[in-house]
Amino acid sequence: MKRLFDNTFWGLTAGLIALLALNFVIEDWMRNIGLQSLARGSVAIGLLILWRTGLVSFGHALFFGTGAYTVAVMQLMGLNDIVLLAAAGTLSAGLLAYLLGFLLRKYRAIFFALLNLAFSMILYGVLAKLESLGSTDGIGIHYTGFLGYHPEEEAYQITLFVFALIFAWLAAVGAHWYLKSTLGMMTMAVRENEIRVEYLGYSAERAIHFKYVISGLLAGLGGVIMALTIGHVDPDSMVYWPVSGDFVFITILSGTGNVGATFIGALVYELLRTYAFEYAPDIWQLILGGSLLLIIMFLPDGLWSIGAEWRKRRAGRSASRQAAE
Amino acid sequence: MDFQLLLVILVDGLVYSSYLFLVAVGLTVIFGVQKVLNVTHGSFFTFGAYAAAYFIGIWYEAELPDFGGFAIIFLSAAVLGVVLGVIIERGLLKFLYDRDEHIVVLATFAAFLVLEDVVILIWGTSPYLAFQPMALLGISEIGGLVFDNYNLSMIAVSFIIAFILWYGLNRTRYGKKLLAVIFDREMSEEMGINVTSVFLTTFIIGTFLGALGGAYLAPTISVQPGIGVEVVVLAFAVVVIGGMGSIPGALIGSIIVGVSRAAAVHLFPAVELFVIYAIMALVLCIRPEGLFTPIKARRI
Repeated sequence: MKRLFDNTFWGLTAGLIALLALNFVIEDWMRNIGLQSLARGSVAIGLLILWRTGLVSFGHALFFGTGAYTVAVMQLMGLNDIVLLAAAGTLSAGLLAYLLGFLLRKYRAIFFALLNLAFSMILYGVLAKLESLGSTDGIGIHYTGFLGYHPEEEAYQITLFVFALIFAWLAAVGAHWYLKSTLGMMTMAVRENEIRVEYLGYSAERAIHFKYVISGLLAGLGGVIMALTIGHVDPDSMVYWPVSGDFVFITILSGTGNVGATFIGALVYELLRTYAFEYAPDIWQLILGGSLLLIIMFLPDGLWSIGAEWRKRRAGRSASRQAAE
Repeated sequence: MDFQLLLVILVDGLVYSSYLFLVAVGLTVIFGVQKVLNVTHGSFFTFGAYAAAYFIGIWYEAELPDFGGFAIIFLSAAVLGVVLGVIIERGLLKFLYDRDEHIVVLATFAAFLVLEDVVILIWGTSPYLAFQPMALLGISEIGGLVFDNYNLSMIAVSFIIAFILWYGLNRTRYGKKLLAVIFDREMSEEMGINVTSVFLTTFIIGTFLGALGGAYLAPTISVQPGIGVEVVVLAFAVVVIGGMGSIPGALIGSIIVGVSRAAAVHLFPAVELFVIYAIMALVLCIRPEGLFTPIKARRI
């Protein structure tokens, strides 16, 4: 086992502390962007974990939507506390991933992506017809309590952001430690050569199943945060296929190098989306799509690779300086 | 179950199937040759629908000969096929053939987002109606039920296109070349086949078919932003069920999806959307390659 408290851990913790402090000075709309970034970022971490094995899901809106709709169902049942909602949303998505995982772990490449898409569209089809959850209009989400504390107005937003930050921090650190563990490292070997992994005595399928459950849990958490942020859930904005596409977009944008980069990627995506929508409402999709194309063409390893490239160059320069001396 | 209900399900189902086939066949052609799962296909559909609706509107306003509307449908699809096909294949996909397949899908998703807004920039957000060709063909009565002839003509168009594609692929010189490229791209390149031009031509044909699906459907719907979003995922379902890259597969896949959806609409409306993707998931579980898989070359 390698060092647990490495640079990434401290980076994430520093980010958490800085944002917790900033939370009390920023405007409401910034907090909203922050919350949405945390929600989509959590899902994208799940996709990053899958990506490390060479698997891409075009249907993670399935788990995102499950988490979001669990919030609605829990509130209908009268259970309304953020810890309870987060636990229920995350676990129900995780359970769904666990069950589907038995099937999906046998699939690779484009079939894996498409089977995920099919399952997410099944949920979409069900929710769009389900009268008791508002069918295509969706259903409103009420203010939630925070361990017995019931703030209003701005205090509510601030408290929500505090909890969302802590949840996202836990998720990110957990995901980072998982990726560093033997099981996590092994899945990279699965991508390189599955047969060799099997010959070494590990089960590639079980490793993928485990990954899939983690990605489901993370997407469920993202759904919970998103539902509480927007205050409304509906099939089109939570479960439809372009939602899944956006998650993959964030994963590509961030690059798969580091868990922390995913939140930066999610924030960049959110800013891009918000500003494009604000200043060019007619062409906001064009701007988003165009940026994605530019990333794919010129920055294939995502935003994270800018930093890595810079470090490599600096290391190269100091090495050549040493050689000159 | 009475006879009339059965008839309605069958005819509605076949009409819906033929519409699905028109959209899905272009997708499967492109996947079969280039191995690209092309999300942009939804935009080709949208462009086709808008161009046809727009020019049909102008045509009938100028009181030109009635049947010209049909010429417009095919002409706009052909022009769009060449223009969009060249732009997307030469301007985008060309650079991505050696990249990871998921990246290529995502790139086409990005192009899809871009084109969605280009449509709005060109034609605005208000809906277009181009009912004239549909009104022109009138209605007919089968077994005491009334059907639009235009919808029935869609079935004929689908079969004609299926036949042309089958003939082109299996009975012409170009088809032989295409099969060689599908089997082994590198080897066919060695044998002197210009793979670049084969790719471009196939992509243009696929784009044309996608645009034709939209253009032919335009008179029956209200053409407005967002119609491509639903179509592309439906086309995915059809193509996956039939077998990605297989033309007979697309035909069978669209009939399965079309008829089962029509049955769901008339018998259990609540499961309408559910049923299509349930079939898709079921087929992926049992036969991930789809019901009709094109033969894969054995590499030694």
